Amino acid sequence: MSKTLKTAAVAGALAAALSAHVTTASAQAQEKCFGVSLAGENDCAAGPGTTCAGTSKVDYQGNAWTLVESGTCAEIELPAMADGTARMGSLEALERDLPMDS
Amino acid sequence: MFDQHRPALPPRPGVGYKPQHFAALMDDPAPVGWLEIHAENYMGGGGRPLAQLRALAERFPVSIHGVGLSIGGEGPLDAAHLARLKRLCDTVQPASFSEHLAWSTHGAEFLNDLLPLPYTSTTLARVADHIDRVQEVLGRQMLLENPSSYLAFADSTWSETDFLAELVRRTGCGLLLDVNNVFVSATNLGYSPQGYIDAFPLDAVGEMHLGGHDADTDDHGAPLLIDSHGREVADPVWALLDHTLAASGPKPLLIEWDTDVPDWPVLRTEALRAAEALARVPA
Amino acid sequence: MTVAHFRAALLAPDMAPPPGLTDGAGRPAGRRFDVYRNNVAVGLAEALETGFPVLRKLLGPETFRQFAGLALRAHPPRSPLMMEYGQDLPDFLAGFAPLAHLPYLADVARLELALRRAYHAEDATPVAPETLAALPPERLMAARLRLAPAVQVIRSPWPIHAIWALNMAGGPKPVAGAQDVMIGRPDLDPAPWLLPPGGADAIAALRSGARVETALQGGGETDLAGLFTCLLAAGAIVHVSEEECP
Repeated sequence: MSKTLKTAAVAGALAAALSAHVTTASAQAQEKCFGVSLAGENDCAAGPGTTCAGTSKVDYQGNAWTLVESGTCAEIELPAMADGTARMGSLEALERDLPMDS
Repeated sequence: MFDQHRPALPPRPGVGYKPQHFAALMDDPAPVGWLEIHAENYMGGGGRPLAQLRALAERFPVSIHGVGLSIGGEGPLDAAHLARLKRLCDTVQPASFSEHLAWSTHGAEFLNDLLPLPYTSTTLARVADHIDRVQEVLGRQMLLENPSSYLAFADSTWSETDFLAELVRRTGCGLLLDVNNVFVSATNLGYSPQGYIDAFPLDAVGEMHLGGHDADTDDHGAPLLIDSHGREVADPVWALLDHTLAASGPKPLLIEWDTDVPDWPVLRTEALRAAEALARVPA
Repeated sequence: MTVAHFRAALLAPDMAPPPGLTDGAGRPAGRRFDVYRNNVAVGLAEALETGFPVLRKLLGPETFRQFAGLALRAHPPRSPLMMEYGQDLPDFLAGFAPLAHLPYLADVARLELALRRAYHAEDATPVAPETLAALPPERLMAARLRLAPAVQVIRSPWPIHAIWALNMAGGPKPVAGAQDVMIGRPDLDPAPWLLPPGGADAIAALRSGARVETALQGGGETDLAGLFTCLLAAGAIVHVSEEECP
């Protein structure tokens, strides 16, 4: 693509996005906070009631992990990627987060 | 020793601030005369927490209550955390800063709970050093809060009230008297809550806390009260408050409700009850 | 009794309580010590629950609670700021054999952490749309764009935006495929946006100080309007610099 064409394409894309932005601005204003607001709060209360939760033992080799199907993951079938490799989450872990302060 | 000219908390009811009560508090705060925030929740870079805090601080005297400094810890205070506290205090100019007689950091780990310490001459010297450091960095007096106890240390050689009084004498700090904690600890460890209050250095008290507790039992079937902050303040705690206020005179009274936080009208009713307790104090 | 002993026993349910702890009447503290164990374990588990609501829905509440019990013992907080707790969770998940059959979980956790970081990120005022609209095309191409501190990008071989939307916004069933997500915070509420192909590279280039012209060069097939739509909706562009050096 020539530089002139490219400039026109970028300017056109921005113009299109700007006009779309005006029409959706009111909808954005009503966006929900998705529960982030109360995540990770410090407080000085003690866990109420039972004293057993901190002493329960977890057997993670055992039956506990068959409970997995109680969540919405049971509705998601993602056996392999489109390129046919069953990539695991750990392989590219370090490269995926872009730094937020650069 | 410290700047005593800044405005103090008023001897009125306050509440522990929860974001879900923002609109109600800005709309009609009565009978609430001041708010307390947990310092660590306002140490991010910006966003809604700090935006709300700025708006609240224009309307209310604010008490900053730290829950993560680990003043009772074995190691040195976390200098980075102390610097964050300093920045927050400089921004908010709170009417009060308080922390706990407890530890929560060990090595590099933060355990997110107020853990107990034995009361010995060694721990006394260490806590006094830590309070000195806090007051030096913040450039102001701090209040230290009495803990709720579920057990005792065989090693302890000081009573809690003597330990706190000696800290006041050595550091010039003030005290935050949590009346519910007194009732919880006295019940759990088998002493008289009124006796504890009578031995407490009430002149040093700059603020009082009231919160709800849950009831459990220990291995022997003895009552074991848990400082849950998840319900109304119990009747015997209100009675202990009356006993305390009769001796101390009116003080800023905070209602703490941190778990199963109720809708505003429920918390407001608790604050009204605190206002009634203050009204009963002889002039 | 040492603090180290107290600490060790706190998160080890099998250990006896440290010696020297009593009920106040000289008897051993027994389950009174469990109150502290309970407080620490429940407090940290609840912090993970509120911090990772999508993971919790994916696993179900009981399974998540058991996973959290292991995660909090493997990685207790390293900071007194609970708003930062859980940063080790994605890597812990990625190496956690019992959940290896759900390999997208780690990236979902990264997305949730990024949303929380965005919630607390420094404030920044987006450039007004009129300002951008008024910029002649040649000057836009030569400019550098500074992005808001809340803006983050998560790249994944998994459809993490669709997985997030299924659980938090009533979205349809996810279809296999890589998705790159931009997190932003217009005003005070963070949200994720699905980036068009090439969008993540373009944002990375803008981040590193490249001119618009250079940053958008690589993506011959990039949906530029889609990318700008995300950036505008997220309030991501906070400064347009036309100076020689960024």
